[in-house]
Amino acid sequence: MNKASKTEETKSATPGQPHSSHRVKRRGLLDAETALPALKQAVIMLRPDLQWNNPVMFVVEIGAILTLFSIVQMAFGKSASQVPLTYFIALDIWLFLTVLFANFATSLAEARGKAQADSLRRARQKTMAYRRNKAGAIEEVSSADLKPGDIVVVEAGQMIPGDGEIIEGVAAVNEAAITGESAPVIREAGGDRSGVTGGTTVISDRIVVEITSGPGDSFLDRMIALVEGAIRQRTPNEIALTLVLSAFTLVFLIVVVPLWPMAWNAEQYMMGYLGASEPLKSLGTDIPTLIALIVCLIPTTIGALLAAIGIAGMDRAMQANIIAKSGKAVELCGDIDVILLDKTGTITIGNRFATKFIPVGKYNAADVGRLAAMASIADETPEGKSIVALYEKESKTRVSVPLETQPVPFTAQTRMSGVDMPDGHQIRKGASDAVIKFVEAIKGRVPEDLGKIVDGIASQGATPLVVADGAQIVGVIALEDILKPNMIERFDRLRKMGLKTVMITGDNPLTAATIAARAGVDDFIAQATPETKLAYIREHQAAGHLVAMTGDGTNDAPALAQADVALAMNAGTQAAKEAANLVDLDSDPTKLIETVEIGKQLLMTRGSLTTFSIANDVAKYFAIIPALFAGTLPWLKPIDIMHLHSPTSAILSAVIFNALIIPVLIPIALKGVAYKPLGADALLRRNLLIWGLGGVVVPFIGIKLIDMVMAGLHLVN
Amino acid sequence: MFLQTWLLPVALLVIATIVAFPLSRYLAWVMDGKYRQLPVLSWFERSLDSGPQNWKQYTGSLLIFNTALFVFGFLVLAVQPWMPLNPDAKGMLAPSTIFNSVVSFMTNTNLQHYAGDVHLSNFSQVFFCISNMFLSASVGFCSLVAIIRAFRGEASLGNFFVDMWRVVIYMFIPAALIFGIIFMSQGSPMTLNSSYQVSTLEPAAMGTTDKGEVKKQTIVVGPVAALESIKMLGTNGGGFFGMNSAHPFENPTGVSNFFNTLAMMIFPFALVFMYGRMLRRLRHSWIIFSVMLLLMAGTIVWSICFDTLRPNPGLTAHATAQTFQIPNAKAPGGKQDVTIPAVAGLPVDQHLGNLEGKELRFGTSAGATFAALTTDVTCGAVNAEMDSLNPLAALSPMVGMWLNCIFGGKGVGMINMLLYVIIGIFIAGQMVGRTPEYLGKKIGAREVKLAVLALLVHPMMILMPTGLFAALDWGLKAVSNPGAHGFSQMLYQFSSASANNGSAFDGLGVTFGFANNATPSPTAIPWDIATGLVIVFSRFLPIIAPIAMAAFLGAKTTSPAGLGTLHDDTPTFGILVLGTILIVGALLFLPVAVLGPIAEHFGPMPFGG
Repeated sequence: MNKASKTEETKSATPGQPHSSHRVKRRGLLDAETALPALKQAVIMLRPDLQWNNPVMFVVEIGAILTLFSIVQMAFGKSASQVPLTYFIALDIWLFLTVLFANFATSLAEARGKAQADSLRRARQKTMAYRRNKAGAIEEVSSADLKPGDIVVVEAGQMIPGDGEIIEGVAAVNEAAITGESAPVIREAGGDRSGVTGGTTVISDRIVVEITSGPGDSFLDRMIALVEGAIRQRTPNEIALTLVLSAFTLVFLIVVVPLWPMAWNAEQYMMGYLGASEPLKSLGTDIPTLIALIVCLIPTTIGALLAAIGIAGMDRAMQANIIAKSGKAVELCGDIDVILLDKTGTITIGNRFATKFIPVGKYNAADVGRLAAMASIADETPEGKSIVALYEKESKTRVSVPLETQPVPFTAQTRMSGVDMPDGHQIRKGASDAVIKFVEAIKGRVPEDLGKIVDGIASQGATPLVVADGAQIVGVIALEDILKPNMIERFDRLRKMGLKTVMITGDNPLTAATIAARAGVDDFIAQATPETKLAYIREHQAAGHLVAMTGDGTNDAPALAQADVALAMNAGTQAAKEAANLVDLDSDPTKLIETVEIGKQLLMTRGSLTTFSIANDVAKYFAIIPALFAGTLPWLKPIDIMHLHSPTSAILSAVIFNALIIPVLIPIALKGVAYKPLGADALLRRNLLIWGLGGVVVPFIGIKLIDMVMAGLHLVN
Repeated sequence: MFLQTWLLPVALLVIATIVAFPLSRYLAWVMDGKYRQLPVLSWFERSLDSGPQNWKQYTGSLLIFNTALFVFGFLVLAVQPWMPLNPDAKGMLAPSTIFNSVVSFMTNTNLQHYAGDVHLSNFSQVFFCISNMFLSASVGFCSLVAIIRAFRGEASLGNFFVDMWRVVIYMFIPAALIFGIIFMSQGSPMTLNSSYQVSTLEPAAMGTTDKGEVKKQTIVVGPVAALESIKMLGTNGGGFFGMNSAHPFENPTGVSNFFNTLAMMIFPFALVFMYGRMLRRLRHSWIIFSVMLLLMAGTIVWSICFDTLRPNPGLTAHATAQTFQIPNAKAPGGKQDVTIPAVAGLPVDQHLGNLEGKELRFGTSAGATFAALTTDVTCGAVNAEMDSLNPLAALSPMVGMWLNCIFGGKGVGMINMLLYVIIGIFIAGQMVGRTPEYLGKKIGAREVKLAVLALLVHPMMILMPTGLFAALDWGLKAVSNPGAHGFSQMLYQFSSASANNGSAFDGLGVTFGFANNATPSPTAIPWDIATGLVIVFSRFLPIIAPIAMAAFLGAKTTSPAGLGTLHDDTPTFGILVLGTILIVGALLFLPVAVLGPIAEHFGPMPFGG
């Protein structure tokens, strides 16, 4: 366990509360917790029936076993060779190491995935639950005995015994157990924030929860099961790639098998050329050497790392606190080209803020601010607070009212709020028609320019609130949506990735257009209803797009189910979480952007390492082919462009390079190839250069280096 | 000298492109059925139209048609002795040779284990060779059109028989007429007469009979111009004469040689553009065209550099002996020396390069150019002796057959290219961070499986039999030279069969001759049967699997192209495809290239010690 996670743990586990787990942590590549079991698993995976899961490495294993047989044969003097036995022993050791490295890559990724699941599982523990029976009495039961439909009461300081929906009350809940975020979140009955997860702790108040899942079937249980299952599950792209890799394996068998008779043909010719009576024997008809050639040619590098890349993709999602219900969902993220984002909470901060005071008639802006602030002094809504804050910021004075001032709260009927001053003054702020009605009722006059100002503010996408001091209309407050920080940059990044961003909002088209333009989204759905969202998704899917969206409410569920990638907020309703294929434990809708990058990175890593693996073969040919025929066609020396020490050294160097490149690339497989939003063509150019050209050049250097080291240490003759 | 060497290949590439571009428009127009049927012909077309076909019905029709072609071809050759137009009373070919020739002509391969002038009557030339040349070329053409229609997402791939009709009637017949007339104007015979007995200028040049009479020379003639035009236009390549396009009747002059060469290029060139036009992706087809052209130019430059611009090493002095060390066969761990002795040069003027086996009337670089082109476009005609090319130069035609996608034969070359494109996109296309797509359609496991299957057949059908024959008397006894050159001969034969090319390296004992031949080549029968089987497998699997693949891919929804999608009309994409072809091609065939031409080049001269 590394230091960082320890400090995090102490931070979130407050005394007196049940021990809760911590944020799914980032791991060093090789911490003992995962590396040791992985090493053990790598050896276990040598069992042929398990090894068969990886056809490429299975072929290597068979080759290593065959080589072992021929070594035994040679050791007992049943067959002879031009080259020393130590060459074959070294060869075989490296063949087995190749398989072990591959297995280690897979099991290391698996172990890391399992460790993540375990840390989630720690959150799930038995507690006592207080169940309310039909008679209304409270009885104490174990959380393991709860069934869907049970009603439980949870008080401050208690752990919520199972997944459910709040049916009464509102509470602050500490969800650190699943999100690692220690700041409590508010959960309340009704609406879209009624879902609670078992294992989280109520910090304040008392709630009544209807349990929605049975024992062992809680959201967390299923997530853990999914994550563990998804680790071994192959995604469609992975299946297709496995097919291609198997085909390449077959192709190279087809290339190498006929080499035996061909080399024999060359031996026969050379025998005739030399007039020798004894048949010549070259490495070209040496079975272990041909096995080494096959192993070098078949795509062992990507074959070894393929499973690890997929698991690491899911792992990265999990590190971002996103639970993917399948590996396919993560992979699909990379293909997304339309992304639907809710305005509120995703693009904008969620609340409107006062940005301007506009006076009418004889008043000035300072008057408007002062009166508006006074009207808002008792207003606890973010809008009200923002009015006060704006006034205090502009005037640098604190707003104050006499002690006897009576607050007038907002009601749906009056659609205004304000204060009644002790002197009878009524200060009000509210929607323009409501305030006009109020003023006219007490025989006040409505200034002529009011209408124009109100319309002007509305047309800019802001909300006008009219302020009245008794019968006098003083001015207007402009409330505006505030963009979340960095959103413009993120949309720019998305655009460069080739994604179309769509803002969903309940606002009217005018307001929506203004905000859309300011945030830099490509399109918007105004006055969105669940139906319009669904229709929009279907329309784009019909045009061939893949659509992603986020949602938390029950009414989002149909659209979430329809979308290709749906990210539900963990704080959202059960229905939304069921319909989605990704769940964000942090309930942060902007995570959708991160998931797209994780998906792209997954596909890119796979493509890059495959390209690298296949491009590697060119150099291996130049090492092995001259070595194969050094005994029969010595004039082929000029194609040994690397000038390797000896034929056996050349073959061993190629095999060693082939084996060592696997552990060397494990970090890249696990971390993923860095994704840069450059657009597909620039990205392809860049990666072709790095992985394609690099794949051709690197092994020339690597093989030569290994050869030099071995020759320098006199390990080869 | 520079101009003399390079003018011909450059002119050919440029003019073929210029002709092909507008021609492709016509081809697309015809294949999309936009033409008005000629009144006389419309009845035929209507009766051929058996209705729209899905991919299974289309390939089914294709296979049935080929079966019929096989039966018909076999019959024509088998009954040759009893048919008209056979004044020289040519007998029946050996059954194995008939089998080989029939599958060979049915599949646009035209590997000839016989010599047309010796073994075939004019009846067989017309009803077997010429008819097959029109039809087999059309089959490949139609397969490509079916694939295009599938990619367009059309439920019906058209009707195979109507497509065949369109290709033969509206494309090959008019084009063959034009080129036939050009060849006639240059001196190619066009007659149903069979042969002339002529007195030679030099008395008794043909020897004398036992009675002391001067022997006359037999000059074989026939409908040469007709065969020649479709032989080249349909990239068939099977010569009227054994000497193929090197024969003065098939290819009389430098001008006829130019048109001969051009004829085999225009349809393969035009098909690439037709592909782009029919899919409305002309820019994409320009990229594919450029990749193909680059590869083609590469093979031409290679063969010219190593043949036209190099002396024949067999005639050149090798002043110093070379000694190499190899392991000692008798004492394990010991060494022994191999010495290539010094060779004195022969007094031959070699400033025009390797002239062995060349027809000088075509110019010095014509042989090397033709050699590269004929395998690039899977034609298989030859105007020079492949066997006599300098060892490294011979690599060029072999590469053409191995890659099998440098324009390639009628339709199938483009289909092979599509397989490389699919594989390239699938492997490297993922590097843009998306599921790989072609034409906006996601490439899934099923499509990849079919593409790989189709690509796999080719190396398997070349390498496995070559390996087999290299170790058996079938191969060892058939080659005319031991060692690397003999290996090249076997390798070339199977490459030619598998690529459905049909050119031959020569030197192999593959000719049985007439069935009653008392002294046939002892290895002829295994070669007849083995290459025949290779031809069949390498023809139909790489046609059927891609059609199925296209049908599955075409049925998928098209996702619109955006900034995040891989664009198939950029130079980067061209590099991706080129890289895929070169790397996959090199990986498959580098070992045999080393054992054949490269070993010969570095090894003892002349030819295999």
